Amino acid sequence: MNATIRHHPDTSTLMSFAAGALAEPLAAACSVHVSMCAQCRDELRDMELLGATLLGTEPTPGGRVAAPARPPDATLAERTSNERGGGSDPIASKYGLALDQIPWKRLAPGVWQHHLELSPGAQGELYFIKLAPGCRLPLHGHTGAELTVVLTGAFTDASGEFRRGDMQEIDKIEHQPVGDREEGCVCLVAAEGPYLLKG
Amino acid sequence: MLRPSIDSPTAYAPRSVSAWGRMPDLLSRIATERSDGAFRRLFEEFGPQIRHYMMRHGADAATAEELAQETLLAVWRKAAQYSAAKGTPATWMFSIARNLRIDRLRREVCWQELSDDVAEGTASEDAPPDATASERQRQARVQAALTALPDDQRNVVALAFIEGLPHHAIAERLSLPLGTVKSRLRLAYQKVRAALEDLK
Repeated sequence: MNATIRHHPDTSTLMSFAAGALAEPLAAACSVHVSMCAQCRDELRDMELLGATLLGTEPTPGGRVAAPARPPDATLAERTSNERGGGSDPIASKYGLALDQIPWKRLAPGVWQHHLELSPGAQGELYFIKLAPGCRLPLHGHTGAELTVVLTGAFTDASGEFRRGDMQEIDKIEHQPVGDREEGCVCLVAAEGPYLLKG
Repeated sequence: MLRPSIDSPTAYAPRSVSAWGRMPDLLSRIATERSDGAFRRLFEEFGPQIRHYMMRHGADAATAEELAQETLLAVWRKAAQYSAAKGTPATWMFSIARNLRIDRLRREVCWQELSDDVAEGTASEDAPPDATASERQRQARVQAALTALPDDQRNVVALAFIEGLPHHAIAERLSLPLGTVKSRLRLAYQKVRAALEDLK
């Protein structure tokens, strides 16, 4: 959290996240980035204010919403999500899964993956990927948006270097990420559609 | 601490202040008085709009009513923990409604934390001396910026925030290229951001 985060989601993606309009896996990746990025948290707050204001200026529909006859007792304050034991790590708080507990599945030499389960009916994919130092993913393309957040280490591809907290947002392009020479990397990847592997 | 305040008139003064603009005052009353009157007023002022929001997302009338009640009960229960340092009250209520909608209508895991949860331990704990006034002013600025948006940008923003449509669905609905939808969202945000710039 101390290192500067240089790569952020596109403003239009963050807007959709604030609106609650992103597909579940993309929202998960945004949530992880935002938990590490003060700048995006700040922007998200303004976007939510935009949403609240917009909702408030919708033509007021008639009718009433029935209130319970008496206000409920509020002496027992609601527990906030921070008390669920997850702290500020959204993956840990939703899945109860720490990075050192991931049951990795080997995909190729130096490449491991672990899929996270989405809600029934949710579109897309959400998974962790681990690259050993200097290892590269096969060249691949995408059928939709893909968001990648770096959790540890770093990776590089033709578009630049991505370190802890950085988010890479790509759309229907081909790329070939390489894990950092010394540390490799662990990332959370959210994909809207399936991969297109190139031979 | 939460004293009534008067907004100084600004170039961004909105034409009318909606119920959501009065939210800060109502919320501070809820948190301090916990009166039956404040409770009823909460339902009167915000119930219909939240129900409307849920129905725009495909909820039937009964489910929309139930979700509006749940949203407002959550506001009531959590109001005591709310402090103006945690953001605009309307923002907070919007987040609660949005999260309940994702959770119940989409039946998906909701990945958006509520503003007050995210702010814990990260935002500055030093509330400005008159946070209620400044939050109200922020909301007035945003409302004015939204009013001033060109229709094409406002439509795209409304489809995202009020109907919860993803980029590609907005593009289909309006027969626009995906890139145009994204750039309109960016432009709209930049204007809102600019309107808030000197209040940071």
